[in-house]
Amino acid sequence: MSRATIACKDDAHPMNLLTVIVLLPLAGFLLNGLLGRRLGRTFVSVVGCGLPVLAFLATFKAVLLLQAAGPDAALLEVAYRWASFGDRGFDVAFYFDRLTAVMTLIITGVGSLIHVYSTGYMKDDPGYARYFAYLNLFLFFMLTLVLGRSLLVCFVGWEGVGLASYLLIGFWFEDPAKAAAGKKAFITNRVGDAGFLLGLFLLYWALGTVNMDEINAAFAAPIAPAVSASLVGVLLFIGATGKSAQIPLHVWLPDAMAGPTPVSALIHAATMVTAGIYLVARLHGIYEHAPAASQVVAVIGVLTAFFAATIALVQTDIKKVLAYSTVSQLGLMFLALGVGAYGVAVFHVYTHAFFKACLFLGAGSVIHALGGEQDIRKMGGLWRKIPVTFFTFAVATAAIAGIPPLAGFFSKDEILWFAFASEHGGSPILWALGSATALMTSFYMFRLLWLTFLTPSRMSHETEHHVHESPLSMTGVLIVLAVLSAIGGFFELPHFLEPLLPIPAVVESLEHFEHTLVFVAVAVALLGLAAATFMYRRGLARGEALAARFPRLHRVLGGKYYIDELFEAVLYRPLHWVSDRVFLGLGDRLLIDGSLHGLAVLTRRASGRLSRVQTGQLQWYVAMAVIGVVGCLVWVWRHG
Amino acid sequence: MADTQLLLGLSFVLFALGLVGVMVRRNALVMLMCMELMLNAVILALVTFSLETGTLSGAVLVFLIFVVAAAEIAIAIPIVLQLSRQRSSLDVEGYDRLQG
Repeated sequence: MSRATIACKDDAHPMNLLTVIVLLPLAGFLLNGLLGRRLGRTFVSVVGCGLPVLAFLATFKAVLLLQAAGPDAALLEVAYRWASFGDRGFDVAFYFDRLTAVMTLIITGVGSLIHVYSTGYMKDDPGYARYFAYLNLFLFFMLTLVLGRSLLVCFVGWEGVGLASYLLIGFWFEDPAKAAAGKKAFITNRVGDAGFLLGLFLLYWALGTVNMDEINAAFAAPIAPAVSASLVGVLLFIGATGKSAQIPLHVWLPDAMAGPTPVSALIHAATMVTAGIYLVARLHGIYEHAPAASQVVAVIGVLTAFFAATIALVQTDIKKVLAYSTVSQLGLMFLALGVGAYGVAVFHVYTHAFFKACLFLGAGSVIHALGGEQDIRKMGGLWRKIPVTFFTFAVATAAIAGIPPLAGFFSKDEILWFAFASEHGGSPILWALGSATALMTSFYMFRLLWLTFLTPSRMSHETEHHVHESPLSMTGVLIVLAVLSAIGGFFELPHFLEPLLPIPAVVESLEHFEHTLVFVAVAVALLGLAAATFMYRRGLARGEALAARFPRLHRVLGGKYYIDELFEAVLYRPLHWVSDRVFLGLGDRLLIDGSLHGLAVLTRRASGRLSRVQTGQLQWYVAMAVIGVVGCLVWVWRHG
Repeated sequence: MADTQLLLGLSFVLFALGLVGVMVRRNALVMLMCMELMLNAVILALVTFSLETGTLSGAVLVFLIFVVAAAEIAIAIPIVLQLSRQRSSLDVEGYDRLQG
């Protein structure tokens, strides 16, 4: 491999910088988890927010080191040897190149902001210390995931974020529905994990290594490895569909809105759901040599984007709209990955982290202001009462809708351009579906904005009376994120990542369309804005009239295409029947219980018979003994 | 030779007497005495064989049996005493509370 890797641990930098980045949040988890309840809220807040901020600063230092080392350099740090057998072994090693740098900066940066926001949002929650402990645990696993050099370490983080998200989604576990949402997220993720594991095993079997840089190098080598890149690619992509909520494993994400809102911002917008994108981008060496797998990624991505956007059109819960919008945006990212524009996908991860975190936290601020109300049909007119939330929310909405020059415009425009023109599987159909998604995104986001903030109030009088702007810890974070959503797009991230993640070539005959498509993209965003304004400017009436015109379509969208019901009918019911009748009824009750009970009954009956011999009569015993002895003697005499 | 036969025959008769006594009599004390009789029959046989073969091991075993018999009686007599106090009878027919 020509890429220069420099060890982080040399004389000039004696400390293990990358290990420190990973371990800081773990320290926060331990401190808050073990001592938090005893030492009070100030301690919890300082530890909970301080350690992620320290991790962010350490990441910054690592980025400076990396920049000094050159565009395609990487920092490498072996923390310790995990297992060794023969001449092979597994190391826990951390690997830091530009891709990792971007991901780590997002995770620690946006993560720290969300921690700060949480100090305001969760202020009165009795589980304050537990909440921050989980949040730090999540950051620890997420950092393990992106910093791990080998797929195995990555998998530890991968499972760990699943665990942490389970804990956080089910944070208010007293409510069975919320606990169930946590379980659903965990189990759905496990389905994807099976694919991840199989891909990992296959790679190790074929290449003898699970270090991701070496895997990329092996696939780029002139002699192709003895394993189908498509098969590995599809298996790993199955893992990614679980974590990143793609069809058909997207069902957990909307339900995961049961957790506290900052959790949704952290896990379901900025970090965990982007793990799948990260994995595919990191292993782009495989996908570059697997056109079939790439096509699967692109098609699944664009379908997810499209269908999730249609569902978001009719949702009435403010967080559900954002949840489906997240699924949809993740679909667009996979579309970019599928057409070979890996850097562009990471670019969208990066802009999406800002505006979607801002939207979720803004939604949290609205919910906070309304004392728990989440139904947008019962909101309206909030912009006068909570102006800071409104302005930041509006900026983020415009950013996700793709209105220039905000961040979302740049990344989404590039995704659509490469979906159209990439030599690596681009096609007008992908572009058309992507653009339709962009149109719907713009529409439902402005619908959300109108219904929540701008239309005349539909709140009950009492709720309206209590509406109040959130504290500075929350609004300050919103302002920072809104500013980042506004200007984040000016940073040419795909170009920054180009030494690692090549930008695909464009079909020559299509090159001259580039400017046209930019205009189309802007027009689409503005069209969505105009349509939403027309429909919802005065309130719900026009939207409800439209729903009444197409009742069946509205029902299907409202029922989320009945995917949950389908899973229940196809998977849950047969499995339940088999478990109940075959495994429980036949296997457990009849076979295992039956044989054990049978043994017990047999023993009891036999001993009942035998105990009659025990008469209590001494003479009888003596007679038995004599008969026995005589019997023995006779036998010895006959056979001796 | 005839002495040996005679002694072994005597030993057998003594053993049979003791065995029949244990099996037939109901009085606990008499049963204990019959058991002693059986032990003594065995001792007699051991001594006879010891003489016959000219080795000492049989005679040594006899002393062992003396000790065991003494210990046995030392335990058995108090048990019989306790039982007879409880039931005010020595009849073993009455001691059937340990039946299954």
